[in-house]
Amino acid sequence: MESLELATHVQRQQYVGKTLFAHFDSHSQSSKKLFLATDKNIFASFNSRTGDLFWRHVDKVGPEGTIDILLLHGQDALMVVGGGRLLRSWDTNMGGLNWEAVLDTGSFQAACFVAIQDTVKHVAVLKKAVISLHYLTNGHQKWVENLPDSDTVQYQAVYSGGEEEVYVLGVVPNSHLTIIAYSLEDGEIIKQRSVEAPWLSSVESSCVVIGQGVLMCVDPATLALYTLPIQAEEAPQFNQILLQSLDLEVSLGFQPVLVSSQPHPARSPISEFFLQLGPDHHVLLQLNADGYTIAALRDFQPAFLVSFATTGEKTVAAVMTPKNETACDINLFSADSGRRLLDTTVIFPLDLNGGKPFKLYVHAFLKKDDSVGYRVLVQTQDHALTFIQQPGRVVWTREEALADVVTMEMVDLPLTGTQAELEGEFGKKAAIQDGLFPMVLKRLSSQVILLQVWLAHLWKLFYEARQPHGQVKNEVTIETLSRDEFNLQKMMVMVTASGKLFGIDSKSGSILWKHYLENVQPNAVFKLIVQRTTAHFPHPPQCTLLIKDKDTGLASLHVFNPIFGRKSHIAPPALPRPILQSLLLPVIDQDYAKVLLLVDDQYKVTAFPSTKNVLQQLQEMASSIFFYLIRSDQGNLSGFRLRKDLSTERIWEVVLPTEVQKIVAVNGKRPNEHVHSQGRVMGDRSVLYKYLNPNLLAVVTESTDAHPERAFVGVFLVDGVTGRIIHEAVQRKARGPVHFVHSENWVVYEYWNTKSRRNEFSVLELFEGTELYNSTVFSSLDRPHLPQVLQQTYIFPSPITTMEATLTEKGITSRHLLVGLPSGAILSLPKMFLDPRRPEVVTEHSREENLIPYAPEMPIRTEWFINYNQTVARVKGIYTAPSGLESTCLVVAYGLDIYQTRVYPSKQFDVLKDDYDYVLISSVLLALFFATMISKRLAQVKLLNRAWR
Amino acid sequence: MASVPRSFLLLSIIPTILILCADFACCNTGRKTGDGLDTDFSGFSVPLEHSFQVDDVSRFRMRGALQLRGGRETSVSLSQSQLSEEDRNTLKEVAAVDGLYKIRVPRVSLTDRQTERQMDGYLTAFVRACSLVESHLSDVITLHTDVSGYLIGVSIVTIPGACRGTEVEDEVDLEAFNTTLTIIAPTNAPQPETALFIERMDIEHEKRGKPQEQKSFFAKYWYLILGGAIFLMASSSAQPSAGGAEEQQS
Repeated sequence: MESLELATHVQRQQYVGKTLFAHFDSHSQSSKKLFLATDKNIFASFNSRTGDLFWRHVDKVGPEGTIDILLLHGQDALMVVGGGRLLRSWDTNMGGLNWEAVLDTGSFQAACFVAIQDTVKHVAVLKKAVISLHYLTNGHQKWVENLPDSDTVQYQAVYSGGEEEVYVLGVVPNSHLTIIAYSLEDGEIIKQRSVEAPWLSSVESSCVVIGQGVLMCVDPATLALYTLPIQAEEAPQFNQILLQSLDLEVSLGFQPVLVSSQPHPARSPISEFFLQLGPDHHVLLQLNADGYTIAALRDFQPAFLVSFATTGEKTVAAVMTPKNETACDINLFSADSGRRLLDTTVIFPLDLNGGKPFKLYVHAFLKKDDSVGYRVLVQTQDHALTFIQQPGRVVWTREEALADVVTMEMVDLPLTGTQAELEGEFGKKAAIQDGLFPMVLKRLSSQVILLQVWLAHLWKLFYEARQPHGQVKNEVTIETLSRDEFNLQKMMVMVTASGKLFGIDSKSGSILWKHYLENVQPNAVFKLIVQRTTAHFPHPPQCTLLIKDKDTGLASLHVFNPIFGRKSHIAPPALPRPILQSLLLPVIDQDYAKVLLLVDDQYKVTAFPSTKNVLQQLQEMASSIFFYLIRSDQGNLSGFRLRKDLSTERIWEVVLPTEVQKIVAVNGKRPNEHVHSQGRVMGDRSVLYKYLNPNLLAVVTESTDAHPERAFVGVFLVDGVTGRIIHEAVQRKARGPVHFVHSENWVVYEYWNTKSRRNEFSVLELFEGTELYNSTVFSSLDRPHLPQVLQQTYIFPSPITTMEATLTEKGITSRHLLVGLPSGAILSLPKMFLDPRRPEVVTEHSREENLIPYAPEMPIRTEWFINYNQTVARVKGIYTAPSGLESTCLVVAYGLDIYQTRVYPSKQFDVLKDDYDYVLISSVLLALFFATMISKRLAQVKLLNRAWR
Repeated sequence: MASVPRSFLLLSIIPTILILCADFACCNTGRKTGDGLDTDFSGFSVPLEHSFQVDDVSRFRMRGALQLRGGRETSVSLSQSQLSEEDRNTLKEVAAVDGLYKIRVPRVSLTDRQTERQMDGYLTAFVRACSLVESHLSDVITLHTDVSGYLIGVSIVTIPGACRGTEVEDEVDLEAFNTTLTIIAPTNAPQPETALFIERMDIEHEKRGKPQEQKSFFAKYWYLILGGAIFLMASSSAQPSAGGAEEQQS
């Protein structure tokens, strides 16, 4: 039963990131495998029929794990990792590591397979100053040679065409090209040539090898192609062919690109190649047998993408051409003639909310009738992968942008149509306009509608009950979305680093809408703000995404409906100046949208929405609107007050000298947090009141001095309105990264203890004392006494990657901390264990209060892992949201994977158990009811009889 | 208005008080602290300025002088002048329009006097002018320092802190500040209390009585085993003479 329940609301989706290299398993005809290497340092294998993951290897984050190249040969996948640090061979069948070899130092340039007598036995790896040859079977180095003049010559390419030599191509930019041939046997330099090439700046970007070892280069300046036989014995010369002579013209400002294909490493490349002349202009060219004349086979314009594919002896070219606004055609052409192959058209649907096609990966195969069939993988700019099969069927799509979620929010789903109608009919406006009689009619009609809906619901239940369990489909679409009874199902709005937004159903994990924002810079910072929730029917909910360029600070706003993903027609304000801070005010305009204030670098304020109503409200409230700005580069925290003319005045300033410490993080409290109890009842029945300052900021600093003895972590609690430093604590001999949570009256932080070399948790709690200063309302301006601060520290036996606190509707349920561990586990740690009032010595009072005696080490109990065996790779953030049930908190963990679940910190105290005996209870109730009826009747008869007597 | 008019030229200097010591002589400035003590033992003074304007534009004027003394025992005292009649009136006007009363001190280091004493910039704090008026100028000013003795923040509160709209009739109440001045250094956050915990565990162990030494099975039950062995030996040695015993019985 439990596992079944788990299956319904626990979801995990695994992602790999943006594809850098993709290969189809061409080892056998019926293979379903697809291999990807991604920018997230992941090597993965997919089932090409379903898009499901077979296996994936998650390597280290950062440059140490970057995949430089992925080569596939037979059952071996060769990979150079970490900028030329390691050479690895994987078994593609099972995904196991065959071997790993450590390479010599030096930055990676190129690698290729090397074959002798038609069998591929080696792999050559070219580095900045060295070339090495390794055996495919065990990774052992056959030979390694230093490259001559590597300080002046930039070696960029390595080529082998199945002969006895390996050729290395290097260039001295705008001077000459160097060709070195190494003997396969012992790495001896057989010949070394230098060719004048004053026009050439990079081999990598402008040259390819085609045909029988002919180097083909393109030069955008002279608008010419250059050919050069690599293997030539005597002093070779580049042969220039002007593009004009072929009737070809390069688009203005476009750097032409050459595309070639070497189907098998033991043979030389085909003599056909593509030349891209413009963003949508490709030409298929052929090098004639003489080796220096070129024939144009076919002109493709418009054509977005081209790719070669080989099966058996046939090489084909796949070309993607635009068809109309919403679709592209992909056709196959014979590579040696340029003729179109019949019945090879597939249609690639262009998603208007997605990115443009970016790359084609084609898998060609021979059909039974010896014609060529193919499947194609299309990568789009938004990192999505689409797999298409003939005849034009999209088999699957993977949204790999979700491997890098930056921020998210959960939005309540709208009410159903009927519920909404009820709300609307009895809304304020309606009541004023209508008289008594129409209102009665309306009420009656609504009741009829409700009855109708209820009957339909009953019928559906009855119908579904008769179906076998597995067949009931819970297809979620945008149309059928509606809030459930306990508001457990919500819309997750996710913002990814690539600039693609997603709306995901929290229950099923299915993507309901997506929207790709083009022109988002890679270093953009996002902030997602819910301006209007779903609660204000008929006004649609509204979210605003603030996209800020990290370097310039220039920002733009994207306003959208979080349920449907559609861009709102409300025009966001133009923001010509860099934005320092954005804040959401509790002020609402006449359409119930909260007001967003944007502060620019001249401390001027822009309001959004900025209707007359809003501006008027702002003017009235100006003197009570305070905000703070943090300049962590200057160690400066300052507070401002709004003036009536929407300018600001600086009212406080705190400066933490950057020579001593730097601000690493600042956190306020979550605005939607509710605290149920104002205080804690102590053992002697007195109450210790919590210091609940909604404006409190927790500022965490790290010392600039990194010496283990002198390093420290500073924790400042600053009132965001008055700038008053409420508490200032220094954790000595401590270093970051600091993870912390600030909520209610406590701050929990985790740091690295440099002296004891371990991770530690510390908790700070603030109390007003046994008497409240002003119990009715909290004002930062009127709280003269500082709170009492209690603090305790514990050893935590694991490093952590992220931390968040659970959140429930009314704040009655006890709190837990959700801790993401590097192992991918998510720990639900009861806050009870992080309580500075845990006594060293157990007393009567502490026992009365249920305080756990102090122990220096925080336990990790395996039953606290909320994701069991479903680890979340590289957890980056945890998002919590309250549900309609007080006991239940919705949790989403994101990183490489996305994991949704629910947690019940105080168990499900407000839910009846599944095995609750309804029959017994109702039969007892009924029996009692009848018993009362009968005994009443009997008593009446008896009374009557007595009266007669 | 009923108050006796005083000459505002007569400025009586009222030295106000408080010294709070905080031990923050910390490891990384230890050497410099020593130097500071040697060279400038008497301490130094920095201006405390305030600003209150009806139009809320900051125009800071001198309120008093803070006498700071760095070193092992940090202390601070304040000498400040009385408010002039003009100031009093302005303050009341500012209070009436719910303006702010701001103070500022320059950024200084209490220990490191070799480098530029006055770094650029000020530390600012504010309080509502009305609460200052209603509290009869009784304010609490707190200076915060960081681990190495730099002033990082200042705060001002009045006691009581609320604005109830009560009119301050007596002009005398608004003449002299009744200031409580404190200087606060960061507190050291606790480390995990392992030593204490272990000590407590030991005490608990001792309380429970001497811990039973982990005796081996034989050491524990040697007498039973021995007894059993003797019994077995006895019974086995008795067996051959069993017949004899019977004979004796019959």
